[in-house]
Amino acid sequence: MQGLIDFLSQGGYAFYVWSAFGMTFALLVAEVVVLRRSRRTILQRVGRLARLRTQNVPPGEPS
Amino acid sequence: MKINWFKYASPTAFYPVAGRLVPVFGVAALALMLFALYWGFFETPERLGGTNPQKEYYRIIFIHVPAAWMSMWLYLVLAAWSAVGLVFNTRLSFMMANAVAPTGAIFTFLALWTGAFWGRPSWGTYWDWDPRLTSELILFFLYIGFMALHSAIDDNRRADQAAALLAIVGLVMLPIIYWSINCPDPNNCAALHQRSSVTDIESNILTAMLVMTLGFWLYSFAAAFARLRNIILLREQDSAWVRKMVDEAGAGPSSSPPPGAGAADGLDAGGHRASRGVSV
Repeated sequence: MQGLIDFLSQGGYAFYVWSAFGMTFALLVAEVVVLRRSRRTILQRVGRLARLRTQNVPPGEPS
Repeated sequence: MKINWFKYASPTAFYPVAGRLVPVFGVAALALMLFALYWGFFETPERLGGTNPQKEYYRIIFIHVPAAWMSMWLYLVLAAWSAVGLVFNTRLSFMMANAVAPTGAIFTFLALWTGAFWGRPSWGTYWDWDPRLTSELILFFLYIGFMALHSAIDDNRRADQAAALLAIVGLVMLPIIYWSINCPDPNNCAALHQRSSVTDIESNILTAMLVMTLGFWLYSFAAAFARLRNIILLREQDSAWVRKMVDEAGAGPSSSPPPGAGAADGLDAGGHRASRGVSV
């Protein structure tokens, strides 16, 4: 337990150390999340457009 | 064995290749980063330097230096793909450049951010208009400018070319950042940022730093390839192979709305051809 507290306090520099590492962690995780979500969004939209075509939308319509 | 590299220069051919590479690079990056974190926090001394040592806060070095290296390396990659795209007019090259840019911007921001939290305990300030800090900030603005310029132009081909030109012009920042610590006369210019000391650094610290750099590098591959796949899908959404792929995967549970509802839904959200609007 004391070891964990010592580790987290980083010799009194916890604020600086964890601010730096925390932001790095947050941004890398956020990038992965955004990439996955936008992939899903794109596939859904492409799928919708594909279904629109199969449902006999008049060819003049923008699709 | 002879590999025809040009075969993979088309988005259609590279899309599945990138898909196989993303998890490989992702898992390897995660493993290396975890190893570097462990080594950096538990196998390194608590002090850095000799007579006036830096205390525990020096551990920011394990992300600061790798992030700063990646910020410059990724810009070089960005400019190189831009140049290849301008010279050979290959679509995939421009897509590569666009796929790298946000990841490079993230690492540039992280280099600045972690540097601020290292500078506060060691220099007594979060920010100073030191040559290296300033030039790194300009690099960050260049990444932002590249992405902003690209998204400001509606036609993808023109956007590709304009942004590529900006990327190549911005290359001038790399040597400036690299040599910005060499202040010829300390009386005329104040360089707070210390010189690189890779050659005389403690070996455990160096190990953690280099492994983290490799981890960030592989992470950049994974993120850029994942983004590249999104860009390819967006730009090729009207092509036969994307339609075929979506049709084959279309039987999935998430993409089977009740009949009838799909049409109205589709017209609302994506009825017109929207190659933008989804950030990748």
